[in-house]
Amino acid sequence: MNHIELQAIYVMWLRHMKRFIRSKSRLVSTIAQPLFFLFILGSGFRIATFEGLSVDYLSFLAPGVISMSILFSSMFTGVSVLWDKQFGFLQEVLVAPVSRFSIIFGRTLGGATTALIQGFIILAIALALGVRIAGIANLLMTIVFMILIAFSAVGFGLTVATKLEDFEGFQLIMNLLIMPLLFLSSAFFPVTQQPILHTIALFNPLFYMVDGLRGSLLGTAHIYPLPIDFIIVLCFCIAMLGIGSYSFHKSEI
Amino acid sequence: MTRCYYRSNSIRKIRMPIIETDHLTKTFDGFTAVKDISLSVEEGEIFGFLGPNGAGKTTTIKMLTTLLRPTKGKATIDGADIITQRDKVRKSIGVVFQEPALDIELTGKENLDYHARMYGIGRDTRKRRIHDVLSLVDLTEKQDVLVKTYSGGMKRRLEIARGLMHNPTVLFLDEPTLGLDAQTRQAIWAYIRKMNKDYHTTIFLTTHYMDEADFLCDRVAIIDKGSILVVDDIKTLKNLVGNDIITISSSDNKNIITNMLKNNWVKNYEVHDDHIQLGVEKGDEKIPLIIQQAQSLGIQVRSISVRKPTLDDVFLHYTGRSIRQEHTDQAEKLIPPRFRFRGSHR
Repeated sequence: MNHIELQAIYVMWLRHMKRFIRSKSRLVSTIAQPLFFLFILGSGFRIATFEGLSVDYLSFLAPGVISMSILFSSMFTGVSVLWDKQFGFLQEVLVAPVSRFSIIFGRTLGGATTALIQGFIILAIALALGVRIAGIANLLMTIVFMILIAFSAVGFGLTVATKLEDFEGFQLIMNLLIMPLLFLSSAFFPVTQQPILHTIALFNPLFYMVDGLRGSLLGTAHIYPLPIDFIIVLCFCIAMLGIGSYSFHKSEI
Repeated sequence: MTRCYYRSNSIRKIRMPIIETDHLTKTFDGFTAVKDISLSVEEGEIFGFLGPNGAGKTTTIKMLTTLLRPTKGKATIDGADIITQRDKVRKSIGVVFQEPALDIELTGKENLDYHARMYGIGRDTRKRRIHDVLSLVDLTEKQDVLVKTYSGGMKRRLEIARGLMHNPTVLFLDEPTLGLDAQTRQAIWAYIRKMNKDYHTTIFLTTHYMDEADFLCDRVAIIDKGSILVVDDIKTLKNLVGNDIITISSSDNKNIITNMLKNNWVKNYEVHDDHIQLGVEKGDEKIPLIIQQAQSLGIQVRSISVRKPTLDDVFLHYTGRSIRQEHTDQAEKLIPPRFRFRGSHR
């Protein structure tokens, strides 16, 4: 990979970071929303007892909320290609003498970086509220899962962005697809106690993400062994990135 | 005047062709947007692509700038093929799109800097070029301000500056003054001329503004419904219509035109619903003659006027309709959906 391609990746990443830092409202809303979930759900369900739950509810909830915040933020990055398309900026990038791959890679890195920053902020708050990380190795595994979730969601967002013409469509996908999948992913409550929900969860990639992140962070309370979660999430991530960059590559202005 | 034209033509023959297209065609789902476009643009000239909205101007630019693949035909820019040598083409061109293509959340300087990086320009050159192009378009003082606070004219100027950052051999300008006020348009025209002169940049611009093409271009191609009607320099095109145009409205337009055609000084004519137009030389001297002839026929002349031909007359001559008419009809459609969305979004 030559100098120009590296520059292009860097520019796309830097641009994303600058926009992220400057957009105060987005920063506030993407951090505030998970915090509401953490505080309100956390305190509301603290007294509830879930069958077979080996940890306190806040510890159970924290990985779910971290997953949610990374998912939303990354998906937003992917879909923001739509903004660039609408505002014409995409054309400027596409006539530059750099490969589409570098453009998409830089953008994905940027999206993943901002999503991880948000994820870490939520994690820090969760730790301050008394959630315990099981150990150093667990922290590293947590980071690995966070990265995989971020890349998967950027890839998914990109795919959606190349297929959609407007933002209403994105709202529809968020409300009718992502929200149900998120509720069925055990992010907020255990789904494996009820056979129907458990069966559905098996086909839900978000379930393995949340389960893997929870297992990594807490070292307990997960349903499947970490290697299984890891392999499924990794495959999903590669598939999403592949489909995302393929659709972007194919799309014409 | 005629001699002058031939002389400039012979000088041009020595110049190198920088854009060459050969039967360039683009079809979208059975609709042919651009049909068999073959032309050649020479080094250092300002070439205008003139036509109404939907004539295929932007589609042509998108093909030449490698954003769209032609359905048929081929084209080269500075010797590089637009299909097989895309990267080479991309390196030698600068593009200013019809829709603003700036990142408004970045500053003017950042927009230029990021652009330069993607063209592989080193740090020192980058700094110098940013300084140069910003002073060319008078935006030095605004360089550290976010682009979203810029006015329409300032954004356009920044885009032109950005198009020049990497010293392109050819600069494509798609409707460079669309939607700008008269004063800003003139300023932008001045910048376009200046960069053509100072950097010897070949400029390929599309426009539906006759005055813009008239003021800026050496040569124009008139395009309508995807096909090129004529390519020539502006003077020749206007001469074709006549040095002067006389517009007559009378009680019997049909009768008057049949009689006028007996005069050998009538170079060409057009008949409209309520008036007729004659292309003549020395129009002022022909007015008394016309009135005399009309009176001897017993036709009452309601009004008569003489004016210099415009490119609109040339367009009318080739298509039978006026480009201005076209645009009043389409006034509603003139604002592309992107802009409409933009308005409501902010």
